[in-house]
Amino acid sequence: MFDYHALAPDFIVAGTVLAVLGADLFLPQERKWLSAVVGIVGLTLALVPIFTLAAGDDAVRSMMDGSYVVDDFALVLKVFFILTGYVVLLMSVAYVEGDRYYQGEYYFLVLASLLGGMVMASSRDLVTLFVALELVSGPAFLLAGWRKGDTRSNEVALKFFIIGVLSAAILLYGMSLVYGMTGSLSFEGIKAASASVAEEPVFVLGILLVLVGFGFKVSAVPFHFWAPDTYEGAPTPVTAYLSVGSKAAGFVGILLVSYVAFAGAPDIWGPALWILAALSMTVGNLVALRQENVVRLLAYSSIAHAGFMLVPFAAAGLIEGDSLNLAFEATVSYVLIYGIMNLGAFAVVIAAARRTGSGRVRDWAGLGSYAPGLGILLTIFFFSLAGIPPLAGWYAKFVMFLAVLQNANGWTVALAAIAAVNAVIALYYYARVVQTVWMDPAPEHVAPEPAPAGVAPSLALAFGMLAVGVIVVGVYPEAIGQFAKAASALAGG
Amino acid sequence: MEWFDNGWGLSLVVFAPLVGAVALLAVPKKDEETAKLLALVTAAVSLFFAVVAAFRFDYAEAGSLQLGAKLSWIPAIGSDYEIGIDGISLPLLVLSAAIVVLSIVYSWDHWPEPHNPKGFLILILFLATGMAGTFVAQDLVLFFIFFELVLLPMYFMIGIWGDKTKIRLPGFSKEVETRLYASIKFFLFTLFGSAFMLLGFLALNFRGGSFSIPELAEMGAAGQFDGTFAFLVFGALFLGFAVKVPMWPFHTWLPDAHTAAPTVGSVLLAAILLKLGSYGFIRIAIPILPDEAKSWAPAIAILAVIAIIYGSLACLAQTDMKRLIAFSSVGHMGFVMLGIATLTPVGITAAVIGMVAHGVITGMLFFLAGSMQHRYHTREMARLGGNLKLMPILGGMLGFTAMASLGLPGLAGFWGEFMALLGSYQPLEGLSVSVFRTAMVIGAVGTVLTAGYLLWMLQKVNLGEPKEEWAGHEFHDVDRYEYAAWVPLLISIVAIGVYPKIITGAANDAVTALIDKAF
Repeated sequence: MFDYHALAPDFIVAGTVLAVLGADLFLPQERKWLSAVVGIVGLTLALVPIFTLAAGDDAVRSMMDGSYVVDDFALVLKVFFILTGYVVLLMSVAYVEGDRYYQGEYYFLVLASLLGGMVMASSRDLVTLFVALELVSGPAFLLAGWRKGDTRSNEVALKFFIIGVLSAAILLYGMSLVYGMTGSLSFEGIKAASASVAEEPVFVLGILLVLVGFGFKVSAVPFHFWAPDTYEGAPTPVTAYLSVGSKAAGFVGILLVSYVAFAGAPDIWGPALWILAALSMTVGNLVALRQENVVRLLAYSSIAHAGFMLVPFAAAGLIEGDSLNLAFEATVSYVLIYGIMNLGAFAVVIAAARRTGSGRVRDWAGLGSYAPGLGILLTIFFFSLAGIPPLAGWYAKFVMFLAVLQNANGWTVALAAIAAVNAVIALYYYARVVQTVWMDPAPEHVAPEPAPAGVAPSLALAFGMLAVGVIVVGVYPEAIGQFAKAASALAGG
Repeated sequence: MEWFDNGWGLSLVVFAPLVGAVALLAVPKKDEETAKLLALVTAAVSLFFAVVAAFRFDYAEAGSLQLGAKLSWIPAIGSDYEIGIDGISLPLLVLSAAIVVLSIVYSWDHWPEPHNPKGFLILILFLATGMAGTFVAQDLVLFFIFFELVLLPMYFMIGIWGDKTKIRLPGFSKEVETRLYASIKFFLFTLFGSAFMLLGFLALNFRGGSFSIPELAEMGAAGQFDGTFAFLVFGALFLGFAVKVPMWPFHTWLPDAHTAAPTVGSVLLAAILLKLGSYGFIRIAIPILPDEAKSWAPAIAILAVIAIIYGSLACLAQTDMKRLIAFSSVGHMGFVMLGIATLTPVGITAAVIGMVAHGVITGMLFFLAGSMQHRYHTREMARLGGNLKLMPILGGMLGFTAMASLGLPGLAGFWGEFMALLGSYQPLEGLSVSVFRTAMVIGAVGTVLTAGYLLWMLQKVNLGEPKEEWAGHEFHDVDRYEYAAWVPLLISIVAIGVYPKIITGAANDAVTALIDKAF
């Protein structure tokens, strides 16, 4: 029995994907941007059933023998993916139009990848999860190589593709081992069966391989080396999408398998993710200190943030009791807030790179003096990433520390200390960019602003949404906190 | 006026400047007059309500929280918008609102390079909100937010409007501008401290189940926090507050930041920002962890006297007038911390009055140093001299303020030092009397050194004949904006000096209540 109401958001986005592809056939070249409008309208429509579902009485709607579930977690993440898509489309319009090829396909691919994320949030068995993850990744490979005339873009797309396929293979292999040991594909089934096989080395290997697979997706150290190159070579809006949408999808996967499917084996994934978290934070931050290119700097910062997001997992795996909900809530809060501020940072990169004609930090000297609006936005988003109150990032770090210290033992306190030191290191490289922009003298001949002057209206709208989001969430964190709390009901189940 | 007592009054004090800052964003950059007026009006509104709060305050009940409110803020983590003031916060709140207004008045005609009054004023107003908010916050998360809110504006103030002379750092081949080095150093030091402070707050929340400072203080008084846990938490809070005060040996950011900051930045740093740290000790660390405070107290006292002696000796080695005043802050805050370490009503009241007096006096000294630099274009004391002849009024003010700073009886600086030493003669029962009496003696030697370096500075700067290089220069004496900014400070130096009850009237009862509850 299908629950069409529950499936409506995904169906509407799927319809939008097709509509965008169809519209591309009929739109003349100079009006291709209308397909982005179609996409935005479709995404807006998809929000309607989500709100009616959220307002409805049924907390959990389960379909297809529990393989596909719409609960608070799924709804929160679906809204997140839709809003991410919204912003990415807004960021893309002017950028893609400037390059003038394959506009329709571009929007089609972005939306298809987004749909994968939405499906993933609802998936509650290994096969659905895997298919959804591939739907996220497949279009992303193509998007990374979207500027086909640019050898750099080609190179990184291929790199990204090979790593992506490798990680998918590892993930699938792990899943097959888990299936073989537990005889079940559904998360609930695995959870029920895992008690009897928890000691089996093959089962442990299966879990670890699944984590490695997702480790590539979220670019956690030591599975991160594709990320900086890919981020640098891909078109910037695509990079923004990869660092937020694609990474969030990876975290949805880790959240689901750890807290639901492998809920009986936290002593396996807890220590493993402890190591990944500590390594990602430390390596990401230390390497970011040396970056000259802003996109590469943000790539390493996003690796470090993946580490911060993994911290609550380690805590949840290492301590007993009802701590799971808070840890789950912490990661969800972090993912949501990171999404807002990182999209903002990339939007700034797009605008500032266009204004200065360069992506190097040093060429942005004095940007604040001749483009103060851009300078203020950069300050807001970069310091939010650094976690300085009252910008949204502080709350993400705050709940992360809260989750890790709740039932403190030696391991969690050590991880908290590592995270605290890393938070200070991170400030240094964010502040270096801000310092260059505001405190270094502008070059004597500032390049004239490329025509048309100013920030494109669509990008300005994205800036507005993100800046308001960062400030509102920073001052009133409950705006995110309550959703993360609702979503965390999943972990207690 | 019921609305005022229900938290609206204090919220207005805190957020009026923030509203002004946001409104300033909409003012065109060229329209400097509107920008200045808007900033002054919002800061004045904040001060006005702070003064109203001082009149609405029930001094008979100075020990309990008043004019406060508690509203749901972040239920997801159990944190509330809880505010309120007692006799300890009140003087500091009024001081911070007042210093902000005077800073804006002073700035009216003294813009540091690269000009841009709009940006500068926005930062001052942000600072105002952060400072006032810290003094009214009664929830640890709220306190943390306000405590951190001052970082960004001060970072930009030093980094953009700061000193552009180049220095070569040991171990680096390239020269770097002082402002860049000082601003990031200030930022990193403070953030390092507050990261650990935050961990301490979280730990308290897990053990106590609340972020509310009054509730946690109740639990602390009942002895709910003990053992290794309490030791570690106190250590974490200590790091956060000690960097901010700054206590020796965490003080190294201070001389750089103070010297590099523009005049108003130095004034705000010295007058208010340093107090956030010592206030944190009084408001949070001592009431919530009284037993740990007792075991840490001798260590704090020892660090405090080291700061007194070290600060004074460092002053004697300075050639730069502003840097000398900066190091004097290290010494003066040493007296404040010594008072706190005694854990007695006398000592902590001394700390409160010392904080206010230091705010007024050192704020004034930085104003004067800034104005002298503005006229002479140097801070080298060797090149100054005979200032009293060139600018009799400004020189006279400098002499007067220096006298206040060295603790001349009858002026504001006297009470904090005197009472801190008095308090350490008889510290809280259970504390080692010999340690504190030794500290008292060394502290007393410190007062002599303090007098020594300030008189030495006066002799170099104010007395003697003007140097030849200034022959033929026309120096204009104190101008009207300077009068407007300085006269209130000079009056309060005398007022607090002859009638310290302005501060102690409210603070004494509050401190006694705090000590009685905790121990």
